[in-house]
Order: sequence, then C-alpha cells, then structure tokens
Amino acid sequence: MRVGMLFQSGLIALALALLAQAAPAADAPDPAAEAKAFRDYFVKKFPKVKLDDFVNGPYSMNEDMRKQWQEKEQFPPYEFALEAGKEMFATRFKNGKSYADCFLNGGIGIRQNYPYFDEKEGKVVTLELALNRCRETNGEAPYSYVEDEMASLTAYMAFTSRGRPMDIKIPNDPRALEAYENGKRYFYTRRGQLNFSCASCHVQGPGERIRAEILAPALGIMNALPIYRSEWSGMGTTSRRLITCNSQTRAVPLEPQSDEYRDVEFYLSYMSNGLPISGPGARP
Amino acid sequence: MSNLRNIALAAVLLISRAMPALAASEADFEAAYAAAEAAEKDAGTLRNQWTTTEAELAAAKKAAAAGDFDAAIAAATEAEALAKASIFQATSETERWKDAQIR
Repeated sequence: MRVGMLFQSGLIALALALLAQAAPAADAPDPAAEAKAFRDYFVKKFPKVKLDDFVNGPYSMNEDMRKQWQEKEQFPPYEFALEAGKEMFATRFKNGKSYADCFLNGGIGIRQNYPYFDEKEGKVVTLELALNRCRETNGEAPYSYVEDEMASLTAYMAFTSRGRPMDIKIPNDPRALEAYENGKRYFYTRRGQLNFSCASCHVQGPGERIRAEILAPALGIMNALPIYRSEWSGMGTTSRRLITCNSQTRAVPLEPQSDEYRDVEFYLSYMSNGLPISGPGARP
Repeated sequence: MSNLRNIALAAVLLISRAMPALAASEADFEAAYAAAEAAEKDAGTLRNQWTTTEAELAAAKKAAAAGDFDAAIAAATEAEALAKASIFQATSETERWKDAQIR
C-alpha cells in the first residue's frame, strides 16, 4: 500500500515536471504570435489600407499626399543616390575585392534578410553594419552611418530587393530572443523630455498629424528605408532616422549601431515580415 | 539711550535692505554643476539622457566662463532637476512599457 502511494506520488511529480518543461513561461515572448497581433492591429485600425501598402508610410494614410508622391515618383528624388550607390557598389576596393565578395548572391536582392541575428557574434547585424565591416575587412575606412555614402549604398541594395517580402528569422538561440525582446522594449519605452516612445507616434498616431507631418505606421516602416526626406534635402539611413526620432523627443540619441538601435531594427523588421521591400523611399 | 538703539537698529535694517545679496561664488557653481553632472551621468547609465539637460549643462559652463555665477548656478540647478526627471522616467518605464504593447 505504502509502496503504491509512493509510486503514485512519484508519477504525479514526474508529470508536473514534464508539463512545466512543455508549457512556455507566462511572460516568455512568442515572436510569431506577436507579429500576427501587430499586423492585425494595423489592419483593423486601417481597414481600407491594403496590407502591402503599409510600406508606403504616410501615403497609405492620406489620399492627397499619395497623389503628390505618385507624381514625384516620376522623377524620384532618391534617383541620384541610387545611381551613386550602384557605381560605388561596383567599384573595387584597393585590394581588388568588392562589396559583392562580402555578401550572399553578390549582395543583389538580399536586403529583405537584414538585419539578421549572427549566432557566432551573438548579436544583431544590420545591413549598414555589414557594409562597414566589409569595408574594414578589405582595408577601407568605414563610412559614417548617417551620411550620404551609406545611404547611397543601402539605397541601391534596397532597390535590388524591391517587391521581395521582408524575411527576418529569429534563430533558436536564447540570445536572439533576448535581442528581439530588447528591441521590443526599446520600441515601447518612453524617453526624452517629451515622454514619447517610438510607439507613441507609430502605433498610437499613424495617419495623425504631428505639426505638419503625417505619421507613418510602424508596420512596414523599415521596408522603405533608406529614405529621401525633403525636410533633410537629402537621403537618410536607418541610423539617421532613429537618431532623428530620438532628438525630436528631446532624448540624447545613442551612438549609431548601438545594441539598442540594432535590436529595435531587428524587432521592427520582424514585425513587417512578409511585406514587400519598397526602399529607397521618399518622404516629405 | 533707547532712542539711540532704535536708530541704530533702523540703520542696520535699511543698510541690509539696500545692499544686494552677495553674488554667488565660483565654489557654489562648482558644487551645483558637480551635482547636475552626477545626476546626468546616472541618466547616461540608464541610457536615457535628455537633450535639454545637456543644453542646460552647456549654458551653465558658458555662464561660469563669463563670470556670471548666478546664471551658471541657475542653469546647473535646472540641469540637475531635468536629469533627475529623466532618471525617474527611465526607472518608471522599466515595467510600464509592457502596458503599451500590442497584444
């Protein structure tokens, strides 16, 4: 009898242990489910906007702006950057190698796979970072992350991926999930004297005006980068976009390609998986 | 005697009102600036500094360099208050950001 009871309680303990292993912790992130909820939120909020159109930012939210943009696209303002980027991409480094040697498929049509989580390094690698690493590996000085050269190169690479669906993977590595979670935290955390988070504008306020600008939805926001901004009278990289967002909320920007910026790019790009690359974009 | 004492007292009161308050010293500024800088450093550790804090710190330095320690202390005090507000923001957001998450 006593042996039987012991056996029974042992079985119960074993079953509980197995259940605890199988069931995810209550607050463990589930990126796939979160990406679905993220997408559903925007689709429900803007039922008239086609899913793929979210990548066109404010133009998907405002008909007048859309018409102006369509006319501008006849002679797009990023065209010079695109040409410069194409030429730069094809120019060999002093050692005879080129950017094509650093990337899969010679760097053509791969924008949709960036940023990716590098399991060797244990960190997120963005396209801008990969380009500078390519330069340094080949004995060239890195470019500024916020100036025209980097914007031109990424503009060209984005152009070769136009229409391809964003395809960010989160490998089965706890560090990758941590980077995803860090990016999410950064996205929703309020900062700066104006007490804004990224989400304050791009989740709660898309389609609304903030001063003269119409805010873009967070869904698909990375797919259009880099962008030509009329306000800047020039091109802007992803780094420049993040830094400017911070300054506008009166937060001191972090250093370009800091872990936080890399992680938030990873998180937001993953949220936009399946939506087409539309970069380089043009914005007011 | 008593009249004399009253006159003397009135004179002291009048003189003290007529004289401006003593101007702040460089040492007072250094103390105010160090406190502001320490708070801003803490905000930096939390990765949450504000541009307005930085602007007040720069204004404090500039005023001190020009010898205007009253203005320098006012700017440093403002910088410290802003830095402390940014620390409060960062610590209160540690968990609160989750409330805004799309689910």
